[in-house]
Amino acid sequence: MAYIEAKELSVGYDGIAVEKNIDFSIKKGDYLCIVGENGSGKTTLMKTLLGLTEPVSGQVLFGDGLARNEIGYLPQQTEVQRDFPATVKEIVLSGCEATCGMRPFYNKEEKALAEANMKKMGISDLALRSYKDLSGGQQQRVLLARALCATGKVLLLDEPVAGLDPKVTSSLYTLISDLNKEGITIIMVSHDIDAAIKYASHILHIGEEVFFGTADEYLHSKAGKAFMAQK
Amino acid sequence: MNDFVMYLSYPFVRYAIIVGILISLCSSLLGVTLVLKRFSFIGDGLSHVAFGAMAIATVINLTNEMILILPVTIISAILLLRTGQNTKIKGDAAIAMISVGAMAFGYLIMNIFPTSSNLTGDVCSTLFGSASILTLTKGEVLLCAILSILVTAIFILFYNKIFAVTFDENFAKATGVNTGFYNLLMAVIIAVIIVLAMNLVGSLLISALVIFPALSAMRLFNSFKSVTVFSAILSVICAFVGMYISTVTGTPVGSTIVATDAVAFLICYLIGRFR
Repeated sequence: MAYIEAKELSVGYDGIAVEKNIDFSIKKGDYLCIVGENGSGKTTLMKTLLGLTEPVSGQVLFGDGLARNEIGYLPQQTEVQRDFPATVKEIVLSGCEATCGMRPFYNKEEKALAEANMKKMGISDLALRSYKDLSGGQQQRVLLARALCATGKVLLLDEPVAGLDPKVTSSLYTLISDLNKEGITIIMVSHDIDAAIKYASHILHIGEEVFFGTADEYLHSKAGKAFMAQK
Repeated sequence: MNDFVMYLSYPFVRYAIIVGILISLCSSLLGVTLVLKRFSFIGDGLSHVAFGAMAIATVINLTNEMILILPVTIISAILLLRTGQNTKIKGDAAIAMISVGAMAFGYLIMNIFPTSSNLTGDVCSTLFGSASILTLTKGEVLLCAILSILVTAIFILFYNKIFAVTFDENFAKATGVNTGFYNLLMAVIIAVIIVLAMNLVGSLLISALVIFPALSAMRLFNSFKSVTVFSAILSVICAFVGMYISTVTGTPVGSTIVATDAVAFLICYLIGRFR
């Protein structure tokens, strides 16, 4: 049984489908990249996986011990966050919120988990710094640490390298790839097709044609060839 | 200072100061959230609704006006937060519409069914809170105190959740936090604060009490916790200083408090700028 399985899934808003007939499955330990042209419904698909948007038709099934709320999410920057007065530590800890339930404050284990994840992401020395003063790459590490506090199973990243310089981009890719080697399943929405092929185990291409398969198969598929030629 | 001590011997002045401090404390708590979620104007809109409700309460001669004002304002707050999400009329337009509408109907009702000969004075004191803080009855003081303490307690208990929902609602929702409930909770708290603050500064000046301390604190501090704590302290100090000045010099309470808040903001801004 796969972690996540989409069956004849159509995604969109208010009952109007943006993209139809998406079929794929993600198993434990996979690294899936979702690629496609702008406006092809990548973000909508992602929101559907997270349960923020209802599917227009079809199903998303969760299995192998994974619940929907065990997907850690790395969103794109929102406007609110740009001048938000919060320290790195406060933000990382907020990833533990879901496990708190109705308990009002964080307990020792959750604080230790936040510390450990900050260390893992190499941001322990930034713990008391203000989030809004950090560089783009550092901010992404903070949000990654927060996502890791919410789950150790699946991370869903929405264009994590958008706006980062090449050096920071490659170190972030390495970091994500290392997390994947530790057994965390990665789902990434990306524009960066070269990196997708280099790091991902599977590719989901959505657009006029839907393709799902391994990165290798994608390179030799019609959709893949056409998309690569455009770039 | 001696004058002030003399004033303190009057129970109504003591009531006013207790209520003033409690109200300024809880009004500052949600300021950060409202400013950051771009909801600063919700306070403004709701206060106009509260004015409309108060006009109705006056006309039908309710002894305790809060019984009507509180539920009406809470319902409007819930409706406004709902429209903020995704509806045909955008958030700011909806607020503008509801607030001026309520204001117009409120004044209209008060004019058609006048309850006292000094209508302009009544309206003015509702809008700018000129004397209402000094005319509170013991029952109203008690109600204000209970509500303020309740708001503060709820805020502390839900502090971490409010942070999570304010910073990143989608993330919180995706990981299983019931964001709808917390948005509702915040709407209710805002409404309660507005109704409370109306006694202190009048309905036109409430937003100042909500956003000034938060904005001042954001000039100086970096963490959510220190911003929240500092804005609460600053708000209480400003309310106290404002009430002190107004008792001694005889200026209107509400506008003196807001003027003090504005001066405090300027000082914080300058310190933040030049350090």
